[in-house]
Amino acid sequence: MTDLTRRTAGELGAAIAAREVSSAEVTRAYLDRIGAVDDAVHAFLHVAGDAAVAQAGAVDARIAAGEKLGPLAGVPVAVKDIIATKGMPTTAASKILAGWLPPYDATVVRRLREAGLVVLGKTNMDEFAMGSSTEYSAYGPTYNPWDLTRIPGGSGGGSAAAIAAREAPLAIGTDTGGSIRQPGAVTGTVGAKPTYGGVSRYGLIAFSSSLDQAGPVTRTVLDAALLHEVIGGHDAADSTSIDAPVPAVVEAARQGAAGDLTGLRVGVVREFAAAEGAEPGVVAAFDAAVATLTKLGAEVVEVSCPHFEYALSAYYLIAPSECSSNLARFDGVRYGLRAGDDGTRALEEVMSLTREAGFGPEVKRRIMLGTYALSAGYYDAFYGQAQKVRTLVTRDFTSAFEQVDVLAAPTTPFVAFPLGSRTADPVAMYLADLYTIPSNLYGGPAISVPCGLSEGLPVGLQIMAPTMADGRMYRVAAALESTQEPRLADQTPEVTA
Amino acid sequence: MAAISREEVAHLARLARLAVTEDELDTFAGQLDQILHSVERVGEVAADDIPPTSHAVPLTNVMRPDEPRPGLSREAALAGAPAAEDHRFRVPRILSEEA
Repeated sequence: MTDLTRRTAGELGAAIAAREVSSAEVTRAYLDRIGAVDDAVHAFLHVAGDAAVAQAGAVDARIAAGEKLGPLAGVPVAVKDIIATKGMPTTAASKILAGWLPPYDATVVRRLREAGLVVLGKTNMDEFAMGSSTEYSAYGPTYNPWDLTRIPGGSGGGSAAAIAAREAPLAIGTDTGGSIRQPGAVTGTVGAKPTYGGVSRYGLIAFSSSLDQAGPVTRTVLDAALLHEVIGGHDAADSTSIDAPVPAVVEAARQGAAGDLTGLRVGVVREFAAAEGAEPGVVAAFDAAVATLTKLGAEVVEVSCPHFEYALSAYYLIAPSECSSNLARFDGVRYGLRAGDDGTRALEEVMSLTREAGFGPEVKRRIMLGTYALSAGYYDAFYGQAQKVRTLVTRDFTSAFEQVDVLAAPTTPFVAFPLGSRTADPVAMYLADLYTIPSNLYGGPAISVPCGLSEGLPVGLQIMAPTMADGRMYRVAAALESTQEPRLADQTPEVTA
Repeated sequence: MAAISREEVAHLARLARLAVTEDELDTFAGQLDQILHSVERVGEVAADDIPPTSHAVPLTNVMRPDEPRPGLSREAALAGAPAAEDHRFRVPRILSEEA
């Protein structure tokens, strides 16, 4: 097998199982690739190196002993740095957690290890997953492999860039308002947010607990589905975990790859189409993708979701409110940074100095915004109203799914923007999540799949499905992908350091 | 009209235990004002008879059997502590001088 970093994760898993190549060889190939390009891309905050090679060797030994492992056994995976990895640095890209070594694995990581996947390292992100460009990482931005002067999306820009630059065949992201899908769109990779409650949040550092959801970041739709089946399923350690079998997403992706969508009804959200702000090139790529779905047999109709236009506003009240509460745990007492403890200061002052020194500007903004929205006198007008909008957005989805099987929209209104172009204006940054947020408020699954280029940069098609109907989005995404030869994710320009 | 004043932002920072600088207060006051103006439209559509949604999964009171099981060892729990003493977290004094 020549250049292992060009194979899909599914192909690598099959070759490792057939002992045509070892997990150790694959892991070394990816570590070499990271060594060659990550100075330029900066997708990783920590590379596991020796630990990854050792883990790969252990998997090879299990396979050699005749043990039957899953389809991705031996395949390396990169994990977003907001997910706890036992004994491996986990910082959520924040200075407040610099050097923290979690005493346990997140359920997602435990499942990866049990299925024989090899953890390559931890990927860069916006601090505590708050941002749309990875520029709010306390450890410096990640650069988009398509154009190193542009952002890789956020918050999971590291995971998406690692996939686009072939530094990993698989990655895990988390999506609170679009942090898997928007980076997928702007790096030409596949990013899937499963149904809320479909993947355990145990060990995922909480940002906005009612919205956070981990999911796969990959180069192909089938790889995403394979990874989804590894990490999905009920977990007693997460009280919001859904106690039901994982949807048959691999089967759905394989069915979709046959390229026949006859009988499938796709809804295009009228309000999104009418909204200002989407770049003409993004609209053109989206229209072309919808035309392709029609050619594959899908019936495309326009549907109305009148409250989607309020979703962004509701999100930027709900998520900061939950974050202001969740991030109260970073108090300099049990783990992480402590600043200003010179023996003269009392606890409260040390706590305030610790949080001032440990948090970056976007995290501070959101903590204060959430504190405001939850405070007496403003609660009803802001947080309370936002929760009502959440009800209305959910009703829009429910009524849309009485008419159609899935909804389609661009993933994000614009292609990767230049580094530094939106950091001075928080509201302009928030617009990146305009089309992704409704699914988080509703809790349904959504996927971004590459659908074309605009000005030489990738554009993503987003497919949104009803709660627990994750298979549908994989089917549609795989069908679209089957029309692309070569796949967009395999067209990333060579990174030159 | 500004939705939020510099004094209110200073108050929020105190509530949130953030020892923000004077420069930050100026920056955040302007930005929070801009953000609040952009999100206040949630009030336009949500009528009194709309129930609030706090969560996407309608679950309540998930229970498990009350069985003892191992937790973190004392060493593991204290391993990440900024300061520890006698197998406990060491913290600055809780009460201030004037209390």
